[in-house]
Amino acid sequence: MKTTQQLEKQLKRHSKAAKLEIWGKVVSFSALLLIVAVVVGIIGFVASKGIATFTSNHVNLWDFLTEKKWNPGITDANGKPEVGALPMIVGSFLITILSAIVATPFAIGTAVFMNEISPNKGAKILQPVTELLVGIPSVVYGFIGLSVVVPATRAIFGGSGFGILSGTCVLFVMILPTVTSMSVDALRAVPRYYREASLALGATQWQTIYKVVLRAATPGLMTAVVFGMARAFGEALAVQMVIGNAALMPGSLVDPAATLTSVLTTGIGNTVMGSLQNNALWSLALVLLLMSLVFNLIIRLIGRKGRLQ
Amino acid sequence: MNPKTQNKIAIGTLYGVAGLVVLILLALLGYILVSGLPQLSWHFLTAPAKAFLKGGGVGVQLYNSFYLLILAMLISFPIALGAAIYLYEYARDNWVTTTIRTAIEILSSLPSVVVGLFGFLFFVVKLRLGFSILSGAFALTFFNLPLLTRSIEDSLRTIDLSQREGGLALGLSRWETITRVILPAAVPSILTGVILSAGRVFGEAAALIYTAGQSAPALDFTDWNPFNISSPLNPMRPAETLAVHIWKINSEGIMPDAKAISSGSSAVLVLAILIFNFAARYLGKRLYKRLTSA
Repeated sequence: MKTTQQLEKQLKRHSKAAKLEIWGKVVSFSALLLIVAVVVGIIGFVASKGIATFTSNHVNLWDFLTEKKWNPGITDANGKPEVGALPMIVGSFLITILSAIVATPFAIGTAVFMNEISPNKGAKILQPVTELLVGIPSVVYGFIGLSVVVPATRAIFGGSGFGILSGTCVLFVMILPTVTSMSVDALRAVPRYYREASLALGATQWQTIYKVVLRAATPGLMTAVVFGMARAFGEALAVQMVIGNAALMPGSLVDPAATLTSVLTTGIGNTVMGSLQNNALWSLALVLLLMSLVFNLIIRLIGRKGRLQ
Repeated sequence: MNPKTQNKIAIGTLYGVAGLVVLILLALLGYILVSGLPQLSWHFLTAPAKAFLKGGGVGVQLYNSFYLLILAMLISFPIALGAAIYLYEYARDNWVTTTIRTAIEILSSLPSVVVGLFGFLFFVVKLRLGFSILSGAFALTFFNLPLLTRSIEDSLRTIDLSQREGGLALGLSRWETITRVILPAAVPSILTGVILSAGRVFGEAAALIYTAGQSAPALDFTDWNPFNISSPLNPMRPAETLAVHIWKINSEGIMPDAKAISSGSSAVLVLAILIFNFAARYLGKRLYKRLTSA
């Protein structure tokens, strides 16, 4: 005969399955927390290192963003270190915007072709090829840029061949598959009856594409382009291999230049931790990080606006 | 201009644009394979690299790439699986979940060079792991986690709700339903996702140059004691991968046949990605047939 207390205890005890349930929930949630901790860690570490240039080395933030001379080891006439990051910031933006401008018409044109004009050929030829090219490592793009694009630029425009133009060509080919496949997704999301309604009203195929499908897919297409820009902005090695790595204001598109990523990849290994030269590089990394957050924000805003319509 | 001519011109232009893009992409693939495949030989794939002379191979780099890939996958898969299970099966739709999703999105959009720099700061310098396979594997894990989590979550999404209801109706707990019913059904598509992300990890270089290092000490393939410095299994040795090797010899290499070696290495990388892609499709289909007896 069990006492009521024992009985109560037995009834209120977790079953084996319930314990397993709690265990599973805790384990899977801690995996999730770990990822969040990584994100917070990355932002925290890079920010604390990047800010050190301004707090412990007393560099003026405005000078950092607008001065044109990048020689962190040298001090200028006023005894201030030369840490003007403008050439790299301009280089990064120029290369990103130019490659997006060139890639967008090609990517959207191809996506329209794949989805609206010839779905059969699109599925058989273009889809597998773009999928494969999305996966090609960026160093391979860089190497091809170095062995094909740079000599071609040199032959046509003279100079060394290294520069913004070569970088733009490499990034154009690199983001093309990504933007194309995302644009295809955006076009695919446009309901079929939009097209049917337009054609039934007597519109030609081009009028349907231009006035109905592309308009309806605009938020998705914009997301695709911004995504491509984010990828171009953050790309390091492929750009570093063809841009020439001269931290100067680019005078023309065929002069050697530098981007935030190219200076980072070449510089971090050659400076001493904690020195001004090193801190200045971390500040560049912080700019890169903040820009990738901005791109993220833009993509979110576009998504929200697209949903409202 | 009347709408019909306009239509013809526009469609013609689109044909031209699509054709040009196909041409560019095929020329790219063709160039990699045509210039790279003649370089491939058993010697090239197995011999160690030479710094100053020609005739070196990429054996050590190739081995390092695979070793790092396997380590990174071993670390990132359980974490991504747990995170995806919680996100899709347990998480309620509230601000905590939204914040977590935003964090994952941010991680996936971070440039890989930033992830690599963080790995350098945290693992190489703070935890004093040095330029090592372990540091590299952690950096690759961070790079891989958001993509893998998203792909596993997508796999879970494809499993019908009725399967979950069936499990619960039989008196299984939610966790039991997940491990006994949902996961077995999702294995084929999870596997496809894992292999595809493996392809991305295999070719990653920017996250590795300051974590796994840029040097490849000679390995003694008869010594499998992980504590010896020349053992291939030692996780604390610096390890240059194939992708890093291509970058390294092109930016500061001094061997006379740098171009030939890069062509060969590029072809190996692209072939590996091709194999990963086909394997993902084939294994996914095969497993799906076997597990669902469809």
